[in-house]
Order: sequence, then structure tokens, then C-alpha cells
Amino acid sequence: MNDMTPIQKSSPKDWETDQEVRWCPGCGDYAILKAVQRTMPELGRKPEDTVFISGIGCSSRFPYYMETYGFHTIHGRAPAVATGVKLANPDLDVWIITGDGDALSIGGNHTMHLLRRNLDCQILLFNNEIYGLTKGQYSPTSRVGTKSPSTPFGSVDRPATPCAFALGSGARFVARGFDVSKHLPDVLKAAHAHKGAAFVEIFQNCIVYNKDVFEDFAAPKGAEARQLWLQDGQPMLFDDGNKGIAMDMDTLTLKVVDVANGDWQSAGVIVHNVKNRALAHMLVEMPFGEFPMALGVLYDDPRPTYDSAVVEQNAKLSEGKTPDLQALISKGQTWTVD
Amino acid sequence: MATAARSIDTQSQADIPHPEAVVVRFAGDSGDGMQLTGGQFTLSSALAGNDFATFPDFPAEIRAPQGTLFGVSAFQINFGASEIDTAGDAPDVLVAMNPAALKTNVKDLKPGGLIIADEGEFNARNLAKAQYDVNPLEDGSLGKWQLVHFNISQLTMDAVKPFGLGNKEALRCKNMWTLGLALWMFDRDREPIIQWLKDKFAKNPVLADANIAALNAGHAYGETAEIGNPGAVAIPRKHVDAAPAEPGLYRTINGADAAAMGLVAGCQLAGVKMFFGGYPITPASSILHALARFKEYGVTTFQAEDEIAAIASAIGASYAGQLGVTSSSGPGIALKTEAIGLAVMTELPLVIVNSQRGGPSTGLPTKTEQSDLYQAVYGRNGDTPLPVIAARSPGDVFDCAIEAVRIATQFMTPVILLTDGYIANAAEPWKVPDMSSYKPFPVSFLDHVPEGGFKPYGRDNKLARPWVKPGTPGLLHRIGGIEKEVDTGHLNYSPANHQAMTDIRKGKVDGIAAHIPAQDVCLGTEGGKLAVVGWGSTFGPIHQAVRRARAKGQDVSHIHVRHIWPMPTNLGDLLRKFDKVIVPEMNTGQFKTVLRDQYLIDAKPLNKVSGQPFRIHEIEAAIEEALA
Repeated sequence: MNDMTPIQKSSPKDWETDQEVRWCPGCGDYAILKAVQRTMPELGRKPEDTVFISGIGCSSRFPYYMETYGFHTIHGRAPAVATGVKLANPDLDVWIITGDGDALSIGGNHTMHLLRRNLDCQILLFNNEIYGLTKGQYSPTSRVGTKSPSTPFGSVDRPATPCAFALGSGARFVARGFDVSKHLPDVLKAAHAHKGAAFVEIFQNCIVYNKDVFEDFAAPKGAEARQLWLQDGQPMLFDDGNKGIAMDMDTLTLKVVDVANGDWQSAGVIVHNVKNRALAHMLVEMPFGEFPMALGVLYDDPRPTYDSAVVEQNAKLSEGKTPDLQALISKGQTWTVD
Repeated sequence: MATAARSIDTQSQADIPHPEAVVVRFAGDSGDGMQLTGGQFTLSSALAGNDFATFPDFPAEIRAPQGTLFGVSAFQINFGASEIDTAGDAPDVLVAMNPAALKTNVKDLKPGGLIIADEGEFNARNLAKAQYDVNPLEDGSLGKWQLVHFNISQLTMDAVKPFGLGNKEALRCKNMWTLGLALWMFDRDREPIIQWLKDKFAKNPVLADANIAALNAGHAYGETAEIGNPGAVAIPRKHVDAAPAEPGLYRTINGADAAAMGLVAGCQLAGVKMFFGGYPITPASSILHALARFKEYGVTTFQAEDEIAAIASAIGASYAGQLGVTSSSGPGIALKTEAIGLAVMTELPLVIVNSQRGGPSTGLPTKTEQSDLYQAVYGRNGDTPLPVIAARSPGDVFDCAIEAVRIATQFMTPVILLTDGYIANAAEPWKVPDMSSYKPFPVSFLDHVPEGGFKPYGRDNKLARPWVKPGTPGLLHRIGGIEKEVDTGHLNYSPANHQAMTDIRKGKVDGIAAHIPAQDVCLGTEGGKLAVVGWGSTFGPIHQAVRRARAKGQDVSHIHVRHIWPMPTNLGDLLRKFDKVIVPEMNTGQFKTVLRDQYLIDAKPLNKVSGQPFRIHEIEAAIEEALA
């Protein structure tokens, strides 16, 4: 799908529509939109070959602001619509824009099956841990104790971890970023480069209903100590190289270790390997606070895609056969009346 | 596959009776293979040149406990020397493979009808399971019928003994023994069935031989009984002559296969590829099964994770430039409803096939009903009009599917095609149509910016908006379920715009009425004392009942409506030409209500909601009453 034909390179402006953007002033969605529009010219695909498909929610207005083909569908069903789009036209570059409620609550089933099938597309899950468009109810990713109109005394149910859900569903690419991060375009590029379903969780600040809920790790001040940006083949270092992630061999769990004089090897710091699925499981489950927030490409190990398998089987079974409708309807147990 | 030329001259013995039509019901335990027996007997009827209609009636349970009343599976066939419209009211012959099959079916048998029972299964255990205190074969309780019984189980075991099968496997051949006997009873050729068995068990020739031996043994039993072999029970024999039929190539067809082939045909006539998104549900799954094999016809099938994903993927495919199709039954259609609204709002072509079954909720999964008409016509949030078509018989599904594809692609709208469990499973002879006689209706994708600029929600003279494939340069646009601005398709909630778009959506669907055939009277006159108005699979019993009533000199006509929404423009005027209108339906009066609403006529209901098709005499009685 990603065969590039040399085209005149577009600019971010070419990916902007004339539509007025209708998110709340200060919403994290603006930063994500900018990051996507900035990334698109780098990907070598034309706007007309690109489709943005969304469900329902604040994030799902996204397609209206992208100068591409776009489909704003119904709540939770974007993955299913995207599956039909991709199977009917495998040459299209398909992006799914969704939120925590859309992808994990009403649409959890579709998200799971799209990942399991490995449809070649990018899924950008804007996680703000709240229902924004319906005015602030707690969501499936809200932390225990979240006070909201529907949980005035605090929520009591445990949240889902989107990246753990994705891995559990069989995802072959899992990454994390956040709205205002300068690394977000790199994460998006990596997602696009992955052939197959690429799952990207983007922490997004809902300034009206869940303001600064990610501030503990996303705030620029002290970020180096709270963010672990993962890079394939590089040691898992953070806090300006003073700390790292190592393996506790007694408990087979991850631990934070101090690194003295840049000697991460003797501190036992792990080298990130995006193809290590077991490690990815541990990274997505690292409890923040005790650990930094794992960001960037956590897992990337492609496998044949669903759409290519469908196309291949359809082609193989049609090979050498001429579709003859008259013959088809004349099949079976027949008789002739003279 | 066997192709047999029908021979019109009857080479059967002159001394056996030649009735006009016969109704046979095979009934047994779900594991007894009655559907297979019925299916092959149907084939044999077709090859004998009879007209026929069948009615398979089986439990919802896959393997219901053996011998139980609820585990009985039955297959009825009505075959005749003249036109057959229904599977028949009451059987002339009942084959009962166990006590439960006898108990649940014998009450339907015509007085004087023939019971053939496998006495080998009438043991204490099975009698108890069927809640018989005494053996009905012995207590005289079946006195108003002719009864013959012999040990089919033992006779089958004896016949297949040389093949060294286990007891269980040997007994499985019982249905072929029974079929062999039935073939003898109705003077039929065994050869096509033998060929079929050889094909079916090509990988296991021993099983093929055993089944053929059982078939032959059943046939021989009839023969030897006739010549008075001591110990054998004589069985009456009949020959039903071939029915007059238009020359041509015929095949048997059920509604599910007709839907699959009709959809393929429609897509070829439209010049588009088909994407089918489905989710398993009884009785609609067979359409998915059939289409999954049609890869070389440009069909992609997708078994989705649920009903919602099935239709959503089909909508996605339509957006991407193929024709999206989905199919289900009532409960599944209910789940798809929100997405149907999306297809209406985004004005994308889509075909939704509903093989209706008994409702509400899970209802009667394997039984037939017509109770999803309101759901089809009205069952969505908002003012959400869409065209609805109903097929009247298995063969008619083929043409209705083509019509659904035509309307969907020409008017950029989802279309609901109603069939039902009866149509989906029942088989009838079908004259294979000449595909070159169908007029193509090629779709045109917009591929350039038209004069005056590109308007995603601009309209042609049928009010259809342009169909644009993503990937087309210069026509980038966004669609969605949120209200769209007239012409531009931008987001717009303004009061005037919503009014305008609502009016356009309604106007477009209403306007389809000008592009469908005028309503005809399929039997009778254009006006008179009484019109019996039907839709869907009630066609057969209504048609036969009206034919009989007219033969008695009664002033009654049959009007059958295929286009449920919008209705033909002349329908109201036509109905007003009758003093009375009755509407037989397998629901509590849904089409009757729609007719009353649309035309302010006093349409009277005739309702049956038992999971069983109408019987001809039930409609005849209603005609009598209306004319009295």
C-alpha cells in the first residue's frame, strides 16, 4: 500500500479544509490536528488517496478538518466502516480517529476485531479519560474516583489501559504520544510506516471536563524525569540519562535503576526492542508514579495484513475463471422441458 | 450434476391411480435426515416434471434430544400435474420415523390419508418420550387414517449388513431406505439419486454403497409387497403426471440461493463489484454461505464480529465504490437500524436483506413470519424513508434482488429486501432466466469536477447525489451522519436546512414510485366485490384460494404488492375499485395498517401468527365470509 509514486511534496496547508474548526479553545485536539497536518506531507501519499474515518465524539469531528476523503460515521463503528472501505479499495490510506469512549466502550468490540484481523490502517485513539461531547461523564479510561455528572461521588470501576487492550487483541503496532508533544509526528510516521493495524494512544487534554489530567507526566517542567521515550535499539533511559529501566530477575518485573556516569550497561538497563512482545506488555502496564510514562513506539512487529489476505484469496480463487452469470444460474440439478 | 430431460409420455403402469397432486410429509427425529430425504424427493419430483412447492420445518436446536416431541424435523412437499402454489394444506401421506414424529404431525394428515411408520422405533422408551401411554400403532387410535407399519430400522440394518458399518452408521441409512420406498410409491427413477449419493460420498465409497443398498432395499420392499410377498405390508402406489410447463431449462431453487445469485446479477447489471458484510443468523446465513463461493464474480464477503459491523462495513464498501450488501433476520436488522439511518443520511447505495422469522426478540428462529414490515418501513429514528421490496417466492427473490440493486444504485439509497424463513428454505422449480433479457442499469461514478463546481450533495433529476470513489482527484469531500448542508454537504444544523434536507430525502424516496411498474391484478379483474391483497410469501396460498373461489364463480381478485415502499402510484385507485379489501398476513395486520394510512380505505385484516404459512382453506374461508 505504501508504494510511493514521486509526487510534488505537499505542505501542511494542503491538508487543511476550509471548514471552521469547532473544538473548545485550548482543546488538545488542535495540537493533534496540527501534528497530523504537519506529518501528512512527509508520508508520500496524496490527499485523494487518503481517508479519515471517525466515530462519534469530540475527536470524531477530525475528518471535517482534513482536506482528504472523510467519513464521520456513528458511535463506535468507525473500525467496521474502515474495514469495508479498505477491503473495497485496498489502495486507500485509511486513518481511524476515535476517542476513549468511542473505541473502548461502545466500539470496543470493533476495535478488538480490527486489531485481531490486522487491517492495514492507522488508529489514533485520543484518550482524554472523559466523555467530552456529552458533557463530562466518566469514561472507560477514567481513573477510579473520577467525579463526573454520572458519578457525583466518584467512579468506582477500574479503567481499561488502551495499549494493554490493543496488545491483548493482537495488535502488531502499539505506540503512545500526547497532544502537545513535539515527538508526536515521529510517532505518527512510525505508525504509517507499519504495514498493518497501527494503534496509537494519544493522551489529549480536555480543558473543560478533565483539565490537566495528564499534567503529572505531560507538563514540560520536569518532563525528562517522568517521560520515557522509547527508541528501538536504544537503552531505556530517562531523567537525562540518570535513570533507566531494568529487569528485576527475582520477580521478573521491571524496575527503575540509577545510572552512574552514563554506564547504563552495568546498571542493567534494557535495550528497547520493538519486536519484543513480552517487553511491550510490561511497558504498557508500568504504573505511573513509581515508573515514568512509557511513550513512543512500544511495539512494532508486522505480520501479513487482513486486507492483503482477502485480496490474495479472492484473486487466487478467481484465477483462470471467467465469470459467467448464465452458467452460474444454470448450475445445480436441472432439467429441460421441450 | 444430473440433467434429465423430462419425458411427457407416462411410461408408468396404467393400473395405478394418477392423482392431480399429492402432498407428502416426511417426519422424523432431527438426526434422521428428513431434510435430506425431502430434498432428494424434491429433485426426483422435478425430474419427473411435476410442479411442486416444499416446506422444510425443523427445530431451532441443532441436536435436540433424540425421540423428543420438540426434536421432530419435517419436510413437506406438494407435487402435482398442474400449477402448485403452496406446500399443501394437509398431507396425503405421512412418513413417521418415530412416535414423536407421529404425534406432532398426524393431526395435520387428511382423513383417510396414509401413515407409514417405522415400528422399530415404537419401543417403550420412545413411546414414553412422545408421551404415549399405549402404542398408537396397536390401539386403534389411528382408525381414521390408513396405517402401514413395518420395521424400517431392522430392514435397513439387514440391507446394509454386508458393508460392515457400526450400528449407528447403519441406522443413519434409514432415510435412504425410506426415500427408496417413496420413489417406488410414486413411480420414480432411482438413478439420479444413486448418482447423487455417489457424488456425496465420493470420498467414502463404502458409505455410498451402503446408502445405495438401503435406497434399493426400500424400493424393493415396495415391489415385493405389491406382489404379495408374505410378511410384507402392501402399500398403495400413485403416479403424478408431469405438469404443463413453458419450454426451457429448469432447476430447483430456494430463496437464499436466489438472493445470492440475484444480488450478483444485479451488481453485474449495475457494473459494480459487490461487498457483502454478514453475521451468522438463522435463517439468513445461507445467503452469506452462497456468496462466499462466488469470488470470481467480483464478490467479497466479510463475516463481521456482529450485525452492526456487518452493515457498517457494507456502508464503508459503498462509500469506497462497491455495492455494499448486508443480510440478516429481524433481531439482527434491529441491531443494524442505527447504521441504516447513517446510509440514509449519507445517501449511499446499500441493500439490506431481511429473511424474516418469528418475533419478537429471539422469537421463533426457524419459523416463518411477516412481522418485520413496520420495522422495514418505519423502524428508524428520525424521518428516515427508504424503499422496501418484498419477494413472493423463492424464484421471485432473484428478480427482487436485481430490483433492489437497481433502486439502490440509481437513487443512492439503502433498500430493504424482505424475504422470510419460508422463502429462504423452501424450494420450487425455477425456469432459468435468460440474462440477456435483463436491461443493464450501469452506475456512473463522478470522476471530474462538473461545470459549476463539485457539490457532494448536489442532485440529478431523480434527486440522487453523485457517487464518488475516494481516490478520485479533485473531488475530496467529507460525509457523515450529522445533518448535511444542501448541495455542499457541510455540517449544518440550521432549521431551514434541516427542513430542506428532510424534504429532499422524503421526496427522493417518494419519487421512486414513478420508476417502478404500475400495480397489476395477478388474478381476476380490475375492480369488483373483493380484492385479496397480499405481499411476500403469502402469495401461494392467496393465489390458490382466489383461483378456487373464482372457479366457484365468486367475484374476487388477487392483488400482490412487491413494492411495499413507495407503493405503485395506481395502487390506491385500484383498491378503491373493489367493494371490499382483505389483507392476509403472517403478522397482526401491519400491511393492512400501511394501506389504511396511505389510502384511507377499509382494508380488513386476516392474520396468522403461528410460525406456519397460511393454508389455502383458511383464505378460502375468509373469502366466503367477506362475500357472504
